[in-house]
Amino acid sequence: MPDLLLDVKGLETQFKTPDGIVHAVNGVSFGLKEGETLGVVGESGCGKSVTMLSVLGLIPSPPGKVTAGEAKFFGQDLLKMSNDEIRHVRGAQISMVFQDPMTSLNPVLTIGRQLEEPLILHIGMTKNQARERAAELLAMVGIPNPKDRLNDYPHQYSGGMRQRVMIAMSLACSPQILIADEPTTALDVTIQAQIMDLVKRLRDELGMAIVWITHDLGVVAGIAQRVLVMYGGFIVEEATVGDLFANPSHPYTIGLLGSLPRIDGKEEGRLYSIDGHPPVLYQKPRSCPFAPRCKWAMEKCWQENPLLTPVSSEHRVACWVDTKTGRAR
Amino acid sequence: MTAQNNDVLLRVENLKMHFPIFRGVLRRQVGAVHAVDGVSFDVMRGETLGLVGESGCGKSTTGRTILQLYKATGGNVIFDGVDLVSLKAEEMRKTRRKIQMIFQDPYASLNPRMTVADIVAEPMVVHSVATGKEIKERVDYLLDVVNLNPAFASRYPHEFSGGQRQRIGIARALALQPSFIVCDEPISALDVSIQAQVVNLLEDLQKQFNLTYLFIAHDLSMVRHISKRVAVMYLGVIMELANRDDLYREPLHPYTQALLSAVPIPDPVADAQRKRVLLEGDVPSPVNPPSGCRFRTRCPIADKICAESRPDFREVKPGHFVACHMV
Repeated sequence: MPDLLLDVKGLETQFKTPDGIVHAVNGVSFGLKEGETLGVVGESGCGKSVTMLSVLGLIPSPPGKVTAGEAKFFGQDLLKMSNDEIRHVRGAQISMVFQDPMTSLNPVLTIGRQLEEPLILHIGMTKNQARERAAELLAMVGIPNPKDRLNDYPHQYSGGMRQRVMIAMSLACSPQILIADEPTTALDVTIQAQIMDLVKRLRDELGMAIVWITHDLGVVAGIAQRVLVMYGGFIVEEATVGDLFANPSHPYTIGLLGSLPRIDGKEEGRLYSIDGHPPVLYQKPRSCPFAPRCKWAMEKCWQENPLLTPVSSEHRVACWVDTKTGRAR
Repeated sequence: MTAQNNDVLLRVENLKMHFPIFRGVLRRQVGAVHAVDGVSFDVMRGETLGLVGESGCGKSTTGRTILQLYKATGGNVIFDGVDLVSLKAEEMRKTRRKIQMIFQDPYASLNPRMTVADIVAEPMVVHSVATGKEIKERVDYLLDVVNLNPAFASRYPHEFSGGQRQRIGIARALALQPSFIVCDEPISALDVSIQAQVVNLLEDLQKQFNLTYLFIAHDLSMVRHISKRVAVMYLGVIMELANRDDLYREPLHPYTQALLSAVPIPDPVADAQRKRVLLEGDVPSPVNPPSGCRFRTRCPIADKICAESRPDFREVKPGHFVACHMV
């Protein structure tokens, strides 16, 4: 597939801990097309953040280590780049927005200083040019009086405004890919709606591709075009957003959707709940990681881990069972 | 607020909680955080009242002030006919048997140096309601009630997952056979697939023990699921209170409308068809709240009167209360 902007194949990441090796990502392959918004959903510990951090070379090593795989970006493998090489990609061509806007901004530098830094570093602007561009960027993300607010420190901004600053910073060098790691999780719903609205507008104006990592299926429905569902360090389902919500096929996806109450529609009585809890990944799973919690599990599920296989042209599922019939595929 | 009703278990009247701010060498009071500023509502016996709002709106402070964990600045909290605010410490301690709390963070609210058995037994020891063998039997029973294996009673909290820890917290809250439980964001620290388990458990326990809940949360979808009636708070004030179905079907207050329209729906088709009311700006500081209506600075339909006087919290339809000049 030549039209892929980012092509990740067989990615594996492990962490050494005092209790043993944690297999956080266990062979993840996906592609990102130009200008598309890809949602990555899963619960804490499913490997969704670690996958993206691995691609950008941001896994702290030690204890973490990318042990296998490749991530092609314009023909180059990001995983094989030296620290210096990948620093030129990070922040310039691929940038990232994190969950907590308070801890990802430096509290002792002004917002202006922090916004100008990537412009001077990556694009080679002069200080004055960078200052002007920084004010433009703040205006673009909807901060009133951008020129004055450049001299403020992060604590003088509210949570929603800080996240706007993070977005402005990530867009400073017009990246081709924006990776947003739970950017609205720490925010209230009305502020979350503002930020999602802003990102959609900027996406349409600037045409960058977005990877939006979240645990909230509602957010994914509102922003993504294609979705990866992750569980236990694997992608278990991949589909367009419409298809995923209309025809969820993996038992985990079905369970997640069933366990969510909705503010619209009629009251559904008792919530569907998935028994048990997410796996601890001290061993690389040899069987299906979801089998212990799955009501469809068959003998084969305990013996062999299913690979992602297509059920239709753009819909892939890693499951031995056809959940529509309850029989083996 | 409403006519006298025998089924009212808890009546909160004009409750205020202001936290003083001290500055300077002499620690003079220079202001106050108006965390809760005149809140009134009833909770009926056996029902679940949902209390929703965004962070900093005072919903948790309301819950804690009801339990007298803070000394209220003003107002009354009448529980089963007794005003808790006027009770002496020892009387309040006894009354607390009937009112318990489930906390948000299952990691911080359990003592890491105590075994699960000790944690669940502690309220019974403190209130001397059981001794020795009785306590052990009761702990086993409570763990069983919350679907935890009593064989794990000698383990420590760190050996359990988040959802299991929340079950321990629930078992502890049930230890003294309370009639009323304040659930302060009991599921927001949990993973999505675990949230449903805990909510189902809370609903089962309510039926089994005839419990009354005040369910504090910011997740409007979950509140809709669990509550019979819902109150919406903004900046220390209740803006709207109604039956669950009325509130979600026909929200009257502009803040409730904006809040509901901002909740993402896990369905791309339904989500695309919705009308969004996007609020401008952020919540003002509760140190210096806006005059008149608290919401007017962000309200799309605010008028002159909204800055001049605070709207009454009035019943516009049977059981549907709204604090807005424009409704």
